[in-house]
Amino acid sequence: MPSEKRNLLLAALLLAAASALFMTLNARGMWDFVLPLRAAKLLAILLVAYAIGVSTLLFQTLTHNPILTPSLLGFDTLYVFLQTLLVLVLGGIGYVQLNPAWKFSGEMLVMLGGSMLLFQVLLRQGGRDLARMILIGVIFGIFFRSITGLLQRLMDPEAFAVAQAFSYASFNSFNRQLLWPALLVVLASMPLLWRERHRLDVHLLGRDQAVNLGIAYQRHTLWLLAWVAVLVATATALVGPFGYPVSFFGLLVCALANHFAGTLRHNVRLPMVFLVAALLLVGGQTLFEHVLGMQAVLSVVVEFAGGLVFLYLILRKKQT
Amino acid sequence: MQTKMQAESRLLNWGSAAALLLLFAVSLSVGVADFSWRNLFAMPDEWQLLLTSRLPRTFAIVLTGASMAVAGMILQILMKNRFIEPSMVGATQSASLGLLLMALLFPAATLMVKMSVAAAAALAGMLVFMLLIRRLPPTAQLMVPLVGIIFGSIIESAAVFVAYETETLQLLSVWHLGDFSGVLLGRYELLWLAGLLALAAYLIADRLTILGLGETVSINLGLNRQTILWAGLVIVALITSLVVVTVGSIPFIGLVVPNIVSRLVGDKLRQSLPAVALLGAVLVLSCDIIGRLIRYPFEIPVATVFGVLGTVLFLALLMKRSGHAV
Repeated sequence: MPSEKRNLLLAALLLAAASALFMTLNARGMWDFVLPLRAAKLLAILLVAYAIGVSTLLFQTLTHNPILTPSLLGFDTLYVFLQTLLVLVLGGIGYVQLNPAWKFSGEMLVMLGGSMLLFQVLLRQGGRDLARMILIGVIFGIFFRSITGLLQRLMDPEAFAVAQAFSYASFNSFNRQLLWPALLVVLASMPLLWRERHRLDVHLLGRDQAVNLGIAYQRHTLWLLAWVAVLVATATALVGPFGYPVSFFGLLVCALANHFAGTLRHNVRLPMVFLVAALLLVGGQTLFEHVLGMQAVLSVVVEFAGGLVFLYLILRKKQT
Repeated sequence: MQTKMQAESRLLNWGSAAALLLLFAVSLSVGVADFSWRNLFAMPDEWQLLLTSRLPRTFAIVLTGASMAVAGMILQILMKNRFIEPSMVGATQSASLGLLLMALLFPAATLMVKMSVAAAAALAGMLVFMLLIRRLPPTAQLMVPLVGIIFGSIIESAAVFVAYETETLQLLSVWHLGDFSGVLLGRYELLWLAGLLALAAYLIADRLTILGLGETVSINLGLNRQTILWAGLVIVALITSLVVVTVGSIPFIGLVVPNIVSRLVGDKLRQSLPAVALLGAVLVLSCDIIGRLIRYPFEIPVATVFGVLGTVLFLALLMKRSGHAV
């Protein structure tokens, strides 16, 4: 236990240092301007880190698999597709005039239904064949992307500009109106998910064992899956979808967190995924923006590294 | 059995050929500029339009569709996997990375040189991919396309990184999103080469079929395995880079067309390649015509239209398979 605690503490300290650097580097004395701007951005990054990290970990626990992620199965592109559909129906102006909080809640509900449906299809089609399930998920992701692209081409320029804004991930142009609703969702999820930490450990033992130990397996799975959908929607609503055709950020984060946590217990892994995700994003953003002077390439680098990790995980497993 | 399949293949060939002829005529008459067949000989402008824009565009579409479908079929036979195509083994992405590097480092090089470098890059990408999937057990059929998609996206993110830092993203997006709206007389002729390569594949069709039967069988039948394997890979690499450099990549043609055809007429290439080429041309041509009409007078790139159609067909193929024991 001590070494696990030490790793958590170390990650937290590193994150604090990275955040401090992120807030202060290259400020050139313009504190009034720089601090509020960067604080909002930092908050957005932390929220996204939490949402993606935790949702991926939950998903991997649910499916008992360290290479599955919600993004791999097309969940985030599903969200973008639903939003584009909304813009097409309402028009650019109608969409912008919607009350953001109501829109966000409505989208959450649709996303819940949509991702449950998608998950059902994948489970039924994939069954025990993991490769088929992931492949179908990835192709669904590409399909949602393609049809989103097609719908966007059918819009008038105004609606297109609106739809374009949420189709690419960027921390520099995140959705400011959604900062507070997203914070609310994340804060609400924290105690609820933390309460599940021991049940999640049991879940990891597999269906039969979990049922034996008194878990209402079906209901528990649905409850967690609902949180996965909500968190994916939150992250995607805030900054847009990560890579194309799938994002490997969640996978990268979970692989690193599993490595540093040194245990499968969720009371260590849940905070660890958040810390690792936040450290990657805050540290990466600081490094690329202020030290190297490069803009917005962080996601590209993360996807590159995440893709390599994915290949490593697949190909290593087959060696044994 | 054999005769039934031959009859089916003949039916498929004639059917596709008829559809292609019809679509060819439609493609010539659809577009923003006024055009009517009746005035063709009366007005020199109409003749001009036909010769410099409509005809080249339609030829480009037919050549692209046919050669990409053939390239996909060859690749599926060579790698013994039904679910791959040039953009799913890293070939397309490597070709555009090669083109990008050539444009940055040797902007003065001729188109032919750039094209050859792109083809070499595509070949290298495929070889690395073949090394990677060697680690997978032969039963993991669906793991191969999965690894391929990831492998392709890693190469693509490397290209995006380079493009971002050198402010050439626009250049890259031209190669990534296949579009025929820029095709004019004098700008598409390289594609005839792709058509010739598809024809060359037809000439060695029997040998490729034998190669697909496995190592033991092909050695037993006295096939020079390495030579044919390399010939097949080089044809695929060349077709891919020719298409990427002239119109941009159109994913999923090489995947769905061979699957549909081999369901109908089997895997004997000498018999199925013509159908593959014809059906590939028909599908791309119809998608391009849809792209021209759906938001008239604006155009939607063929890659966007085919992205939707291709993924739907691919999902149908994947899900249908799960009904069987495979």
